[in-house]
Amino acid sequence: MMMYKVVIGLEVHCQLNTKSKNFSSSLNSYNSLVNSNISSVDLAYPGTLPVVNKEAVYKSLKTAIALNCEIPKYLSFDRKNYFYPDLPKGYQITQMHNPIGKNGYLMINVDGVDKKVLIHDTHLEEDTANLNHYSNYSLIDYNRCGIPLLETVTEPCLYSIKEAICFLEALRSLFIYCGISDARSDKGQIRCDVNVSLSKDYNKLGTRVEMKNINTFNNVKEALEYEIKRQTEILNNGGKIIQETRRYDDNLKQSFSMRNKVDAIDYKYFTEPNIPKIKISDELITKIKEEIPMLQFDLVNKYINEYNISRVDATTIVKDRKISDFYQLCINKGGNPIYLANFITGVILSHLNKFNLSIDKIKLEADSLNKLLDMVINNKISNKQAKEVLTKALEEDKDVISLVNSLNISQITNKDEILNVVKEVLDENPNLVKDYHDGKKVFDYIIGQIMKKTKGRANPKLTSIVLKEELDLRA
Amino acid sequence: MRFSDNTISNLRIKLDKGEVSSLDLFNTASALAYKYQDDCNLFVSILDKKDEEKSNSVLSGIPYALKDNISTKGILTTASSNILKDYVPVYDATVYKKLKESGAVLVGKTTLDELAMGGSGITAHTGIVRNPWDKTRQIGGSSSGSVGVVSLDIVPFSIGSDTGDSIRKPAAYCGVVGYKPTYGLISRYGLFAFASSLDHVGVIARNVKDISLVTDIIKGHDDKDMTTLEDDGVKFSDYINKDIGNKKLFYIKEICDYNTVDTDESKLVLDNFYDTVNKVKSLGFSVSEVSIDKDLLNAIYPTYMSISCAEATSNNANLVGIHFGNRIGSKSIDEIMFETRTNGFSELIKRRFILGSYILQRENQEKLYLNACRIRRLLVEKLTDLFKEYDGMIMPATGGIAPKFGDKSDNLSDKYLLLENHLALANFGGFPSITIPSGFVNKMPVAINITSGIKTDAMLLNMASKIENSLGYKNMIVGDDDV
Repeated sequence: MMMYKVVIGLEVHCQLNTKSKNFSSSLNSYNSLVNSNISSVDLAYPGTLPVVNKEAVYKSLKTAIALNCEIPKYLSFDRKNYFYPDLPKGYQITQMHNPIGKNGYLMINVDGVDKKVLIHDTHLEEDTANLNHYSNYSLIDYNRCGIPLLETVTEPCLYSIKEAICFLEALRSLFIYCGISDARSDKGQIRCDVNVSLSKDYNKLGTRVEMKNINTFNNVKEALEYEIKRQTEILNNGGKIIQETRRYDDNLKQSFSMRNKVDAIDYKYFTEPNIPKIKISDELITKIKEEIPMLQFDLVNKYINEYNISRVDATTIVKDRKISDFYQLCINKGGNPIYLANFITGVILSHLNKFNLSIDKIKLEADSLNKLLDMVINNKISNKQAKEVLTKALEEDKDVISLVNSLNISQITNKDEILNVVKEVLDENPNLVKDYHDGKKVFDYIIGQIMKKTKGRANPKLTSIVLKEELDLRA
Repeated sequence: MRFSDNTISNLRIKLDKGEVSSLDLFNTASALAYKYQDDCNLFVSILDKKDEEKSNSVLSGIPYALKDNISTKGILTTASSNILKDYVPVYDATVYKKLKESGAVLVGKTTLDELAMGGSGITAHTGIVRNPWDKTRQIGGSSSGSVGVVSLDIVPFSIGSDTGDSIRKPAAYCGVVGYKPTYGLISRYGLFAFASSLDHVGVIARNVKDISLVTDIIKGHDDKDMTTLEDDGVKFSDYINKDIGNKKLFYIKEICDYNTVDTDESKLVLDNFYDTVNKVKSLGFSVSEVSIDKDLLNAIYPTYMSISCAEATSNNANLVGIHFGNRIGSKSIDEIMFETRTNGFSELIKRRFILGSYILQRENQEKLYLNACRIRRLLVEKLTDLFKEYDGMIMPATGGIAPKFGDKSDNLSDKYLLLENHLALANFGGFPSITIPSGFVNKMPVAINITSGIKTDAMLLNMASKIENSLGYKNMIVGDDDV
């Protein structure tokens, strides 16, 4: 079987988590009764006009800057005209001619190898209404209509499914780190159009096939697998790929042709006349730049280089900004980076995953975790004990240090406390004292009795010293 | 002709003295509205009186009419189109809201050319509008009813919209004052869009003072319309009587040229214009002749058609019968949209949509749409330069008197008809522009138009007021024997 060069380009739509819609004051909310977040503007009643949402512009700019894009001097919008009931105006307000960011890039790491993914542009537009078709009627929910949507378009520069998925994860992470979207696929907050072409000639692009509106990254993976297989078979059989738009059905795991190039829609783009050009000042760009946190790619490198943790651990930690922030917070408060990484990627993450929780929703203070790890480092408790008690603390929603104390698992390092136990044991066994002074080897046996009484908590070194002293006193 | 003393100021005094009540004024207006409705068809809806809001405004208790393409919550608003024949808006246009808050009393919604596209008054879904001065003649449009109601003394003022000349040209045909402000001075929120970059809300009245009083109420920044200007606090009605010294005007030689007109009537219109210019000069204005490249001027009409049709195609794409409007068909989404639009629009509208769609097509956009935008910019730059040197441009408002029915239609013409189409220049640049009656030709009113630089509305109204006082047609209405 012939192998072909695969070239993938992605268009990622991301709903911004603004309070209101992009061009109206209706609420931008996922959990609302159907057709409750609507206004005259959303329904395009005659005479209504769009008013640009400043928060949406701000968040789009933040993303564009984080994607290392060129930012235009002025913001402007265009109309994309087509008739469909999910679009009440009969046109979508988007940015065809002057996107809010262009010619950017995002660094990703694929299996340990760095790659620069080129961003063609990122532009601000509005979402459409939700159409649900039934056997003999259709229902429209306009709640989604007008929600700000940021579309990020890559160059055709991804050469494997792995690279594509890795990019998508890095981009989603960027959205979350910048706080511009919750980027949840299950809520339709992030959706992809996938372009893929196969070519024998490594210097030339093959015929492009587009698959629209794929919801989850796993579906992107499956759709790409299916499409690459389909195209490979056609090419191997001497066939030709038709430039077309296909729809991937994630139930049937197949793609179907929607329309070919000849039927391509002419959207008759022109500048939106109701929105005057808006100046984007240098001060604003500077201000936004300062707000952008260190992103996944740089964080991983920082954690590896500065904290000496493994790439696997670093990658795991940065996947969730809240976890990464927690990790950094613990370190800032004096925690040991390596132990922290070990505990976070182990006990803590498995707890979060098991109960589908977010780290800010559990009772775990950075100081407590640091204290616990100090106990391990200082041999006050064993690594195993620490993990057990932490698991228990998380499950019972208790503070881990209180739990350590109440369970009495921490080592007894207080000399007087140990002495009391030593005295107790010796008082109860006067013959052992005699045996000791008679030169019999009972020392370790007495230690054993002390450990039994303290449930193993007595610090062994200190116990030997205290015991020896007490035995000598009773000579 | 007659003269009316029902100016806003006079009515204000009568209301304040208790000589009349707002109900009296409303009843009189309503009776007149019904009286002329069969003959002239000025209204789409004549309303019952609602309790007006309490206000100390000069307009409190004063009756008026709104063009039926301005959104009025709970009141039928049809844009004179079958596709919206039963449409009742759920929100108020900003201009209506401001008038309501000022206590002005809405008498009715006036007839327009369907969707404000057209200049004849013959394309409304409720039938043709006739010119009260001569019912065998057109009234012009698209603010047909709004000029008619003022010329018949039904109300002292009305609100219209102006995309190419839709207030200022019918005002000329009807002997009333028609004004469109600087783009962005009055909010367009709630005005059914025709061509957003050219659309203006404006005022029709019988004198410049009343225009100023109404504009003072309805102008101002609106958070719902991003193209509105910031408020500057100028009160036009205070400013119009100020002595602002002698002003410099110009007219465009190539447009006011006897050689370019081919009817006796048009020559008489030019005679009236040059007579008026002399009167204006005698007031102390200077009036100069300015020359502009004829090719550029000839492009005014095609440029207007290209841009307005392109924007109109898109602006009216919401009229599909799915989420509002007069739905026709039920088999499928496509069938509903197709049948609703096929049956909902008249032939003229469909022609303009097809034109607009063609102009915006990928393969035509550069040549037709973008070139039109470039010519628009050239013309605006030319005028903006001239407004640096001159205070305003004075021109004949039309190339003739109101045409007879059947005289002409919207069909594209080989002629550029400069005199008929130059008013669109003010829409291209968003320049303030006012038409004031300047006399009669063949017993029909004719008018001059004055246009000035953007945001010079106060000066424009001041100049217009001064000129109006010298011409002798202030507060003119249709005479009893004319109706």
